[in-house]
Amino acid sequence: MSDLEHFRADTRAWLEENCPAAMREPVRGFDDLYMGGRNPEVDHPDQQLWCERMAQRGWTVPQWPREYGGGGLNKEEAKILQQEMARLGARRPLESFGISMLGPALLKFGSEAQKQEHLPPICRGEIRWCQGYSEPNAGSDLASLQTRAEDRGDHYIINGQKVWTSYADKADWIFCLVRTDNTGSKHEGISFVLFDMASEGVTTRPIKLISGSSPFCETFFDNVRADKRNLVGEEGKGWAIAKYLLTHEREMISAFGAAPAKSLGAVAVENLGSDASGRLRNGILRHTIAQYQLDALAFGATMSRVGDEAKAGQGLGAASSIFKYYGTELNKRRNELNLAIGGEPALGWDGDVYGGGATSRDWLRSKGNSIEGGTSEVQLNIIAKRVLGLPD
Amino acid sequence: MALVLTEEQIMLKESAAGLLAQKAGVAQLRALRDAGDARGFTPEVWQDIATMGWPGIAIPEAYGGLGYGYTGLGLVLEQVGRHLSPVPLQSTVLLGGTLINALGSEAQKQSLLPAVAAGELHVSLALQEGPQHAPEDTALKAEIAGAGYRLQGEKCLVLDALAAQQFVVIARTSGVPGDSAGLTAFLVAADAACLTVEQRSLVDARGVGALELNGVDVAASAVLGEVDAAWNGLSRSLDIANIGLAAELLGVATEAFERTVEYLKERKQFGKVIGSFQGLQHRAAELFAELELARSIVLKALQAIDADDPQLPLLASAAKAKLCEVAQRATNEGIQMHGGIGMTDEYDIGFFIKRARVAQHTFGDYNYHLDRFAQLSGF
Ligand SMILES: Cc1cc2nc3c(=O)[nH]c(=O)nc-3n(C[C@H](O)[C@H](O)[C@H](O)COP(=O)(O)OP(=O)(O)OC[C@H]3O[C@@H](n4cnc5c(N)ncnc54)[C@H](O)[C@@H]3O)c2cc1C
Ligand SMILES: Cc1cc2nc3c(=O)[nH]c(=O)nc-3n(C[C@H](O)[C@H](O)[C@H](O)COP(=O)(O)OP(=O)(O)OC[C@H]3O[C@@H](n4cnc5c(N)ncnc54)[C@H](O)[C@@H]3O)c2cc1C
Repeated sequence: MSDLEHFRADTRAWLEENCPAAMREPVRGFDDLYMGGRNPEVDHPDQQLWCERMAQRGWTVPQWPREYGGGGLNKEEAKILQQEMARLGARRPLESFGISMLGPALLKFGSEAQKQEHLPPICRGEIRWCQGYSEPNAGSDLASLQTRAEDRGDHYIINGQKVWTSYADKADWIFCLVRTDNTGSKHEGISFVLFDMASEGVTTRPIKLISGSSPFCETFFDNVRADKRNLVGEEGKGWAIAKYLLTHEREMISAFGAAPAKSLGAVAVENLGSDASGRLRNGILRHTIAQYQLDALAFGATMSRVGDEAKAGQGLGAASSIFKYYGTELNKRRNELNLAIGGEPALGWDGDVYGGGATSRDWLRSKGNSIEGGTSEVQLNIIAKRVLGLPD
Repeated sequence: MALVLTEEQIMLKESAAGLLAQKAGVAQLRALRDAGDARGFTPEVWQDIATMGWPGIAIPEAYGGLGYGYTGLGLVLEQVGRHLSPVPLQSTVLLGGTLINALGSEAQKQSLLPAVAAGELHVSLALQEGPQHAPEDTALKAEIAGAGYRLQGEKCLVLDALAAQQFVVIARTSGVPGDSAGLTAFLVAADAACLTVEQRSLVDARGVGALELNGVDVAASAVLGEVDAAWNGLSRSLDIANIGLAAELLGVATEAFERTVEYLKERKQFGKVIGSFQGLQHRAAELFAELELARSIVLKALQAIDADDPQLPLLASAAKAKLCEVAQRATNEGIQMHGGIGMTDEYDIGFFIKRARVAQHTFGDYNYHLDRFAQLSGF
């Protein structure tokens, strides 16, 4: 057996032994994900057990270096782990902004001390992070943000307001964009700082979404103290870090575009029946589903192609610029089709007959995918200008 | 298989681009059209192409080809699409060679494929009979006559019909139109008695024709493969042909798009270049995204041919349907974003929309293949 085959066999055996049965059940919607933190929201006790077991091996973040609590796996090994988890239907043990956003930015821009301090608790799911970017007057035009940080020697004093801060009321720490200088262009003078959400002067006010849940907040800073050792990168040079982090956020969000395990066409045939030739009864719906499945197939192939080109040393092609836009638009199409296929029960909002309204709530939540992390229109602007070279 | 081109494949793509740009581009197509050329291509250019070995790219080495596979041929076809090259690669190589390889007996392959690979033999498929692609509906009859067969019926959309020395005629030897069983492939020489080959003129100005078989007698040895059993080989060849056409359409659409984006950067109205208007920028960006998806699905389908992937039929219809959609959008937007000048014959963008529609239609359009994709996906 090759090393990889050994790795596969060991991984399979370990997962069989250690993945609790409840963690082999599909995730029921967004609110069923385990995000860790000081006061974790636990729907099932096995979520914590599963996270602990995986974290011990570094497999909550398989590809981060071992010294920071990751698994130190190479791409091939990580792929095998993913395949073996998929084989069991094992859930990912931990989802968090620390993993998908802050971690990559710290690995690239953080000091050694910052990595040592912040990365291991992310891997263990002990500290949950939130993202303080958007403000009431700085959404798409993020660089016009106004939250101020005053220099007080060894620390900053922060005043201002953020909005749409996902999980701000549940998070332990925040990575926050603040203005340390007002004199230059809007992209200059932005700094990237980290601080504890339990600090004095931080308040959060949850905002209820159209899907009924309240995952995000208005977040207010009133003379909040942030130590300078938690300034990432240079003062005033935070924009580059902010943008780098956004590429990771967008990558995470575009993964929603992946085709579901069970094809919509198959679900539709189960629900609505087919004619003698095997075609779905409703021809118009069939056409729309076929368009969706075709695009989902081609989108999946594009994600693979971009990955394979990068591995072959051909660089990250222009195709990656379409991921966020296309993946989220595809996910919205999928959710619309879920409603069309499901009919009345899919529109259910509450109660066991409707599975708690999971279909309609997911559908409503999906509308945010093409807004969060940079809207679809902003993505199209980026493609038009940076990739196609069209002028302002 | 990794969805990525090897260095060798990238070199092939570049050499194809070089040769076709120089010798078989839009200017040559325009000249052939204006001269009313019935053959539809220039024999000297075909000779150059044969020298490069392209006719044998996908033909196995045992039969005188390069054995380089369909991914390689697809890359050449993409360049053919980019340059709108008037060359008989689709008829003779993508289809003729593929059909003989899929259906022919060992002896037939030995005798025919080396000539195809050398670019010396032009073979074209005669399949379609009505306005739409519907291979099961084949009605052209072949009846036993003495030691051979007598063929009676009509065919249209025969690619490069005036250049072909041989046709592969799909005929019904049993069953009724609508059955996929009961079809037989016959090799019929272009100069056979009682066969009329007529030039037809389609919008793309390429060499295409129609056949009338008025009691054409062929020997039993003219059967390509087995009697009544053409379907599997035909179907596989059509899958391959549709993937090849999708590769060509990728080239057509990409070139039309790139020319349009260049135009958006030059043309000024309202005191600025029109490419600065967001109404056009977003449409261009969306089209860019669609083209990237198109590129991926074409590569995936081409690789499926070479890997003998059981998903080939599904991927063939996926690739063709997607490329019909994207090429249609890219060429429509190409005309629209050029404004008045895009409507003129003098300007080249019109040639792209014309070729796109004919290639889209050939062997099944968007509607045909999206329906087939859905069916093969189980709904
Ligand atoms: C579910 C969800 C979770 C979020 N989580 C977080 C979070 O955790 N942390 C955080 O900091 N932020 C978060 N956000 C905020 C998100 O990043 C912003 O909503 C987003 O950047 C858009 O800003 P905005 O809401 O101010 O909209 P606006 O910028 O006001 O946009 C309104 C509309 O105008 C369009 N528009 C704006 N500018 C242009 C332009 N130049 N060209 C064309 N169209 C334009 C937009 O595309 C949009 O359609 C979240 C948002 C959502 C929906
Ligand atoms: C068949 C035909 C018959 C015609 N007959 C006549 C006639 O009898 N008399 C006559 O005077 N003219 C005639 N015209 C000309 C016609 O009015 C012009 O072609 C038309 O006004 C567009 O101008 P243009 O061709 O210069 O394109 P452009 O203005 O250069 O436009 C090119 C592209 O840019 C887009 N564009 C331009 N400005 C903007 C903007 N601000 N925002 C977003 N997009 C923009 C356009 O929509 C178009 O897609 C005819 C044209 C055609 C095709």
